Amino acid sequence: MGGYILRRLLSAVPVLLGITVIVFLIMALIPGDPATAILGSYATPENVARINRELGLDAPLWRQYLIWLGNMLQGDFGQSFALNRPVLDEVLERFGATLILAGTAFVLCALLGVIAGTISAANQYGWADKAITFAVLLGISIPSFFLGMMMILLFAVRLRWFPVSGMWPIYGARDAAALISHLAMPALALAVVATGVIARLSRSALLEVLRQDFIRTARAKGVHERSVIWRHALRAAMVSILPVLGIQAGFVLSGAVYIEIVFQWPGIGRMLVDAILRRDILLVQGGVIVVAACYVFFNIIVDVAQSLLDPRIRT
Amino acid sequence: MTSAFLLFSRNRLALAGGILLSLVVLLVLAAPILPLTDPDVTNTANRYLPPLSEGALLGTDHLGRDLLSRLLWGTRLSLAVGFAAAAIAATIGAAIGVVAGFYGGRLDNVIMRGVDMLMAFPYILLALAIVAALGPGLLNALIAVAAVNVPFFARNIRGITVGLAHKEFVDAARLSGLSRPQIILTEILPNVLPIIVIAMSTTIGWMILETAGLSFLGLGSQPPQADLGSMLGEARAALISHPHTSVVPGVMILIIVMSINLLGDGIRDALDPRLKSGALSRPMAATRVRRQAPAPEPSLEGILTVEGLETEFHVGPRKLRAVGGVSLSVKPGECLGIIGESGSGKSVTALSVTGLVASPPGVITGGAVRYRGDDLIGAPYEHLRAVRGREIAYIFQDPLATLHPLYRVGDQLVEAIQAHQKIGTEEARGKAVELLRDVRIPNPERRISDYPHEMSGGMRQRVGIAMALANDPEVIIADEPTTALDVTVQAQILSLLDDLRRSRDLAIIFITHDFGVVAQLCDRVAVMYAGKVVEEGPTKAVLAAPRHPYTARLIACVPELGGGRRRLEAIPGLPPAVDRLPEGCAFAERCNKARSACREGHIPLAQKGDRAVRCLFPEESPAREAAE
Repeated sequence: MGGYILRRLLSAVPVLLGITVIVFLIMALIPGDPATAILGSYATPENVARINRELGLDAPLWRQYLIWLGNMLQGDFGQSFALNRPVLDEVLERFGATLILAGTAFVLCALLGVIAGTISAANQYGWADKAITFAVLLGISIPSFFLGMMMILLFAVRLRWFPVSGMWPIYGARDAAALISHLAMPALALAVVATGVIARLSRSALLEVLRQDFIRTARAKGVHERSVIWRHALRAAMVSILPVLGIQAGFVLSGAVYIEIVFQWPGIGRMLVDAILRRDILLVQGGVIVVAACYVFFNIIVDVAQSLLDPRIRT
Repeated sequence: MTSAFLLFSRNRLALAGGILLSLVVLLVLAAPILPLTDPDVTNTANRYLPPLSEGALLGTDHLGRDLLSRLLWGTRLSLAVGFAAAAIAATIGAAIGVVAGFYGGRLDNVIMRGVDMLMAFPYILLALAIVAALGPGLLNALIAVAAVNVPFFARNIRGITVGLAHKEFVDAARLSGLSRPQIILTEILPNVLPIIVIAMSTTIGWMILETAGLSFLGLGSQPPQADLGSMLGEARAALISHPHTSVVPGVMILIIVMSINLLGDGIRDALDPRLKSGALSRPMAATRVRRQAPAPEPSLEGILTVEGLETEFHVGPRKLRAVGGVSLSVKPGECLGIIGESGSGKSVTALSVTGLVASPPGVITGGAVRYRGDDLIGAPYEHLRAVRGREIAYIFQDPLATLHPLYRVGDQLVEAIQAHQKIGTEEARGKAVELLRDVRIPNPERRISDYPHEMSGGMRQRVGIAMALANDPEVIIADEPTTALDVTVQAQILSLLDDLRRSRDLAIIFITHDFGVVAQLCDRVAVMYAGKVVEEGPTKAVLAAPRHPYTARLIACVPELGGGRRRLEAIPGLPPAVDRLPEGCAFAERCNKARSACREGHIPLAQKGDRAVRCLFPEESPAREAAE
């Protein structure tokens, strides 16, 4: 088991390197040069050449990449010119907020999706199946940002159940209750699409498994149909549901960008959009790399969970 | 009938989606000729007019622009960008996938590594990075959305292409001297095209959403040009004061994406042949029962009796009669063999006993199955469950497929015990060890924590038998338990079953297609053909002097060790299809003694002493000579 985790961690190294290459290349494509941007009206040819030399921008691309990578490995992601603070500090602070939001949404969509899909499969063509199928269709068709806006109108403005936006109250204690009341709507809005996708997939995975011979064996043993579905079938179906959970985690993380804008959540998605609009390139780079790295590690966790679930792939 | 209706209802949903989408498309195509105000003309005097205002059906936005006009023009833009992104992603992705899959080797390796790398990004990061590099704008958003979806198509299409690249028709094209690009164009592409269409139809809605999302963030279309996403983005500032400006574009996105999803599902279902056969239906907890007539009066003796059992498979409009009125019985301590070719209905008969026939499509349409006099057909689920494993237990054919692959065999045994006995897990575990010892598994304390895949075939089948014995049942139904095993293991399993039967006074129904096995184990044997019992009697008597021509031919098929140069006779032809059973004797077509009377009317099972045969002209002399 330990060996498997180690192997899996090592295999992440080339992926992470690949990600840095892709990000570096995309950023290197940006038209216009940083020296001119920094110098503004002082951009005489001499000054530009001096800045380029100072920043190492006159070196060949591969050397620039290595320097950049080396700096990052030492925790130096550069300085955000718009915020005038180290990129890493800003990114980590924002990413914490995003993790709270996306993490909650992910737990919600995994639980609700798998449960709804299982109920749907267990009652195939019954009323519960039809209701869930319809809800799923709505869920995967509605843009999460529109859903979030409608939730604000209904639950915050009309019913006043939840605050309209933000992560903390402007005045008052920053305690768990305050966080939960601020978190409820954005987490739910974020979870809806992924819940739909997971429910859909869980349903078909279960239908596939329910036809297998070992399900008939369980029934022949006299095992109650409840256990047949929730123990035997669901466990076997999880083998194909788990990888989808990994993929959906990426979609939840992606969707967080919209939800953070709609609900004014101080997360990394909003930071990235602002940084792009302000052309704060170093901040974009740092944000993208940290989120992508986190996603890669999450997928390793999914793989390890997969090997715990299925003894056949451990060896 | 119901499955046909369900398929129709699914298609009806797809149809609804198609109609809705066509309406939207027609409306936006007609936008230039409709009497609409210019979508970009501002009129600050008439800001935020509510819907149904004069001259503005859907109201106006924060600059007093007509929302209906903006909606139609915005939809036009969103649809165009979404479809363009899908087409670009599909074309590039499919090209990469086909090349990688067809050429294989290092090229494939390098390409797929790159694809995996791109897929390691949450999609929006890549899209954001691309927009950050190219700058905000609708065209750049389109490029970003297309680029993000290329890996998805590449991977899907590669998978299909790898499968195709080694098919015979591709080899034939190679041999005929076509170049590789020619083969791709003439042989591969036509075959992957439907897959591309399916993949596109299921992702296009998603791409429209993604593009709208980028515009919503202000990274897509720039003012005054507006697509649905940027309309929603601009309206957000006035969400609380003037919600209609947000609702109008939001609902439109919902309508478009939903109708595309409905249509896409319809296309996928229509192209997925598994759905038509009902193969994706879930088998219910117990076989459906639709008895046409009341259960027959009890007439047989035994702990378990089957009387006039009829089981059908309803597949679409076809009704396959797998079991057509079978009667059997077994007494405690007795072993009854059921023998027949595959498809003769012997397994379905066995599974019908406790309602284990997969349903849909299986339906029990008649007869009775009585255990100690109680009819199990149509019994409530809880009653069936109490009988399953407790009174009547099964041993199935392939223990690798019939044991749960993800649970340790010990846990599966404990579960079997606890399904009927209220005892603690520790005690049940002790019993499980005893059971494994009873079926002669060496080292049971250790083997109990093995997974099925860690055991040999023979050991697995012993676990299967132990599981059947877990609750000391009265009847064991063994459905070809030794077919998947090699001969020496087979002999061990048979002698184990025989010992267990004698020591526990078990009634065993043993299903097989092997007369050798029947001869070793069974007191009586019933021969099945095309869903009916054609001959029944004590094993020795039937083997020595089969009376039905089919039994005779079946025995003649068994090679005998040391039997010298006897010619083996295969039975000519195939069993009849069970949805087109001939009138009269089902074996007549393959029987060399058949006369015209054999093909007319029902032939009853004629009882004579302890023998019964369903034949108008039964064999008189011992069959072995006849076969020579």
